[in-house]
Amino acid sequence: MLHDICAATGAFVLNFCQVTGQMMLLFIDTLKKLKHASIRETLRQMALLGADSLPIVLLTMLCTGMVFSVQTAKEFVALGASNTVGGIVAIAMGRELVPVLTGVVVAGRIGAAIAAELGTMKVTEQIDALRVMATSPVQYLVAPRFIAISLMMPMLIVFGNFIGNAGGYFVAHYYADIGSYTYLNSIKRFCEMYDVVGGMIKGVAFGAIISIVGCFKGLHADKGAEGVGLATTASVVLSIILIFIADYFMTVLLYVDK
Amino acid sequence: MAESVISLQGLEISFGEKKVLQGVDLEVKKGETMAVIGPSGTGKSTILRALIGLLEPTGGSVFIEGQDVSHLSEEEWNGIRKHVGMVFQYSALFDFLDVGENVAFGLRQHFSLPEDEVRKKVDDLLADVGMLDAKSMYPVELSGGMKKRVSLARALAFGPRIVLYDEPTAGLDPIRTMNISRLIRKTQQKHKVTSILVTHDMESVYTAADRVALLNDGKIVAIGTPEEFRNSDNPLIRGFITGEEITGATEAFR
Ligand SMILES: Nc1ncnc2c1ncn2[C@@H]1O[C@H](COP(=O)(O)OP(=O)(O)OP(=O)(O)O)[C@@H](O)[C@H]1O
Ligand SMILES: [Mg+2]
Repeated sequence: MLHDICAATGAFVLNFCQVTGQMMLLFIDTLKKLKHASIRETLRQMALLGADSLPIVLLTMLCTGMVFSVQTAKEFVALGASNTVGGIVAIAMGRELVPVLTGVVVAGRIGAAIAAELGTMKVTEQIDALRVMATSPVQYLVAPRFIAISLMMPMLIVFGNFIGNAGGYFVAHYYADIGSYTYLNSIKRFCEMYDVVGGMIKGVAFGAIISIVGCFKGLHADKGAEGVGLATTASVVLSIILIFIADYFMTVLLYVDK
Repeated sequence: MAESVISLQGLEISFGEKKVLQGVDLEVKKGETMAVIGPSGTGKSTILRALIGLLEPTGGSVFIEGQDVSHLSEEEWNGIRKHVGMVFQYSALFDFLDVGENVAFGLRQHFSLPEDEVRKKVDDLLADVGMLDAKSMYPVELSGGMKKRVSLARALAFGPRIVLYDEPTAGLDPIRTMNISRLIRKTQQKHKVTSILVTHDMESVYTAADRVALLNDGKIVAIGTPEEFRNSDNPLIRGFITGEEITGATEAFR
């Protein structure tokens, strides 16, 4: 019994280390091949995944902004702090909520799609066909996706901040009777550009995580259609875990003792 | 004697515990078409995958044009692969590109030819395999045999010196089979390509191949000209060619 548990734990740790190592190698390989990535393909990917994820990111952020405002506005007005609501919503959205939730949404929407696409190519030997035609799958498939997601994330985050704050304002104004001037002035007083820029920097890192994990899981898919399904789910789970871990460290780096 | 372009020396490939190739020796001379026949699951595709660097030998060595390629890095392989075309058993067409772009892929990746030249080459090849009408269709819209023919055109498009065909005529009707076999012959004669033709179809061996090797149980058990095979009384060969119940042969093919 004890032996089994130890063996299973050991196997898990070994496997985890191996996967992490292989993903780091893929990451380094991708960085090396960035300058050879096709610009056309990169732009095509950006258009595709921007169009794919913008609506759902906007919807999520609108709801988040509204919810956050509902939760804070009335309490703060009761405490006589109605002039802080706008700032609090804006800072929370800019630093944490928008980047992390956008990351989660994009991992579910785009990361999964990438893992499924590359996984299908793997099990139908298209990846082998690329290699046989002397074309590096990392350069041809991974690099454009890596650039596209890493660049799209900050853009999605800018949009998310706009709509999230608009939702926050809307609720604060009509539900908690906070005046437009008070709300906007509060944002101006408490919130800095850096609150949003830091979130965008996080977005770049999350984009890198989502693309590398999605591509890695896809490229290592095996055992036919079932394998593609497994790769897809695994990529979403792993991306989200890594996003939360990375978020902690990036918050410390970007915002603590600044 | 002409130099060997492809040379396998005691090639072994295992998947885990399972030894699929157990010492394959094969020499293919310059400009020669070598057919490899053998029962399903003996490792014919595995030989081709080792020859193009998709599988690393677990024993023995592989030489291509005199160079030992048994343990090359991916970058080193890419230098060799620019001269080698491969027709995959299940076609492996790029499903995000249409038929024309699939065929043009190698040309676009590695040669900077003017657009009209690429188009002419692609059209010529598609006409050769009878797929010109389907040029702007996507792989999902094609039947298995149609994919096969596009895959053949894709492998030949960039003018490889070596071509590896994995059952290029499987799933084709008799007339198409004959056309493809002739195309393989024509490619060999016109461009002096060296090739390995894995097939189950003896007609295409007789039409396209200079020599035949019979792979059984992970080893080459017989090698000779198609004529010699046709007239052979080796039970393994006879069993494979005629599909008859011959003592010894059917056991081996189980
Ligand atoms: N990736 C792999 N992992 C494990 N076993 C494999 C793998 N690829 C092939 N094999 C095994 O190797 C053997 C030979 O496979 P291969 O595809 O080379 O056969 P083949 O001669 O081409 O057969 P067919 O005529 O049916 O195409 C099979 O028994 C197969 O189970
Ligand atoms: Mg095969």
